Amino acid sequence: MIKNISNLGDAALYCDFGNNVDQKTNFKVIKYFENIKKQNIEGITNLTPSYNKLIISFDLNVVNFTELKKKIEDIKISENNIKQNQKIIKIPICCDDEFALDIERLSTKLNLTKKEILEKYFNKEYFCYMTGFIAGMPFLGDIDKKIRLERLITPRVKVPKGAVGITEQFANIYTFESPGGWNILGSTPTKIFDQANEKQPTLICPGDKVLFYEINKKEYFKINGNK
Amino acid sequence: MEINKITVLREGVNSTFQDLGRGNLYHIGLPFSGAMDKRNYLIANKLVGNKHNEAVIEFAYQGPLIKIENGNINFAITGNIKFSIKKNGKLINGDCYKTYYLSKNDEIDIISTNNSVYGYFAVSGGFDLKKNFGSFSTTVRAKVGANNGNKISKNENFFIKDFENKNINKNLKYTNSKIEYIRILKGTNFDYFLEKSIKELTSREFLVSKLSDRMGMRLQGPKIQNLKETNIRSEGLIKGVIQVPADGNPIIMLSDHGTIGGYPKIAVVISADYDRLIQIPSGKKIKFKLIELKEAEKLFKLFQMETENLLNQI
Repeated sequence: MIKNISNLGDAALYCDFGNNVDQKTNFKVIKYFENIKKQNIEGITNLTPSYNKLIISFDLNVVNFTELKKKIEDIKISENNIKQNQKIIKIPICCDDEFALDIERLSTKLNLTKKEILEKYFNKEYFCYMTGFIAGMPFLGDIDKKIRLERLITPRVKVPKGAVGITEQFANIYTFESPGGWNILGSTPTKIFDQANEKQPTLICPGDKVLFYEINKKEYFKINGNK
Repeated sequence: MEINKITVLREGVNSTFQDLGRGNLYHIGLPFSGAMDKRNYLIANKLVGNKHNEAVIEFAYQGPLIKIENGNINFAITGNIKFSIKKNGKLINGDCYKTYYLSKNDEIDIISTNNSVYGYFAVSGGFDLKKNFGSFSTTVRAKVGANNGNKISKNENFFIKDFENKNINKNLKYTNSKIEYIRILKGTNFDYFLEKSIKELTSREFLVSKLSDRMGMRLQGPKIQNLKETNIRSEGLIKGVIQVPADGNPIIMLSDHGTIGGYPKIAVVISADYDRLIQIPSGKKIKFKLIELKEAEKLFKLFQMETENLLNQI
């Protein structure tokens, strides 16, 4: 199922699952990720699953590229039964003007009213392709075809913690204040990444399903998990 | 038993607690973090008689000013660092790679790094801190690690665990070596770039920009031109990856890097040269040399052997 394995530097394997970005390809990546993680293969120090790639970092003191590549190539994973147990996570979002930093831009560029954009945004069940960039940030998809827009030309230096954005076919949540270029249309008061919870620090994991629901400002400040 | 306690009178620049870092969390967005210069980190802990994974204070360009509030400490500083010690009211210049024993009211002023970036301050027994995800290492952006994931700040107090041998008195003769080139391997998007740009990457000099920190090192030099696409589908990153965004200025991913990125990867710095790469200060220039994987693996073995030999001399 891995199309090609090459080296990324001298201490990582770059496993390519093809160019497609869809749930089917991503499920394969996640399956490999979970299988390799479970096996505790000697020398592997980290794994990064993404849409259609898996990067395997290793300790060059223990194993080298050629040896580990052979081991990974020998892993047999059945193509069938690819769906695993998916969690469904519900996330409240407030789209008050205070939080919807790019709703005007979206409205103009997409030629849709604010209401239409938000209806399409909330009326979808999302799939978590991967988490990362900053701790716990979920990359969700796929958003309605009618609300797809490229990133901001000049990314923001600071996107506030809790901001939710969209770009291309994806939706995300800024789990920490961070630079970023996604179109922001609201904010969640739910704490997505909890460093004190070492067993399960992220609320949303790759392969999970996510539902967004709208709340008003009053409800937002009542939950307020990001303060 | 007296409690050993220090106070930070000046925090220095980007002073954080670090150890060897934490693995196996890339998939939730946490990088390895850990000491930028592993060799100097390991030497610091060995000098003061600690285990190899005890937390030390890492600082950049300028270190903290520290006062012994109570009890005693036995410490060593590694890197290429200018520092002074006030002992019994008398001021002396400190030497790196050497242990010192100080008592209540004595001070250590870590003034600056010389032509380098990072330095390490280790104490016998280690700092009394809490681990987070199995490591003391601080990842400031995710608020993960010792000291609640924060940089060390002025007026903070830290406790030092009890240590047995009060008179360690160790030193090591060592000079941080410079290398002419930072050696790199082809990245996974090497063929996205213009041949002329590849030539420039491996023949011209690049300036280390001021916008460099534990997350990344930004370079300025000839613009690297992309033939194919200036964005790729977001995918994993590792430290040492050289990404080239649309503006053509390369960025090298360092220990606290974002775990996922969407810029093409032109090259990756070899593991053996990482410790020396991160010590190149802003305003200085870097030259790159493209080598093959087998050579990089050999160079890493040599580098590790050298580190082991140094540690064995202590």
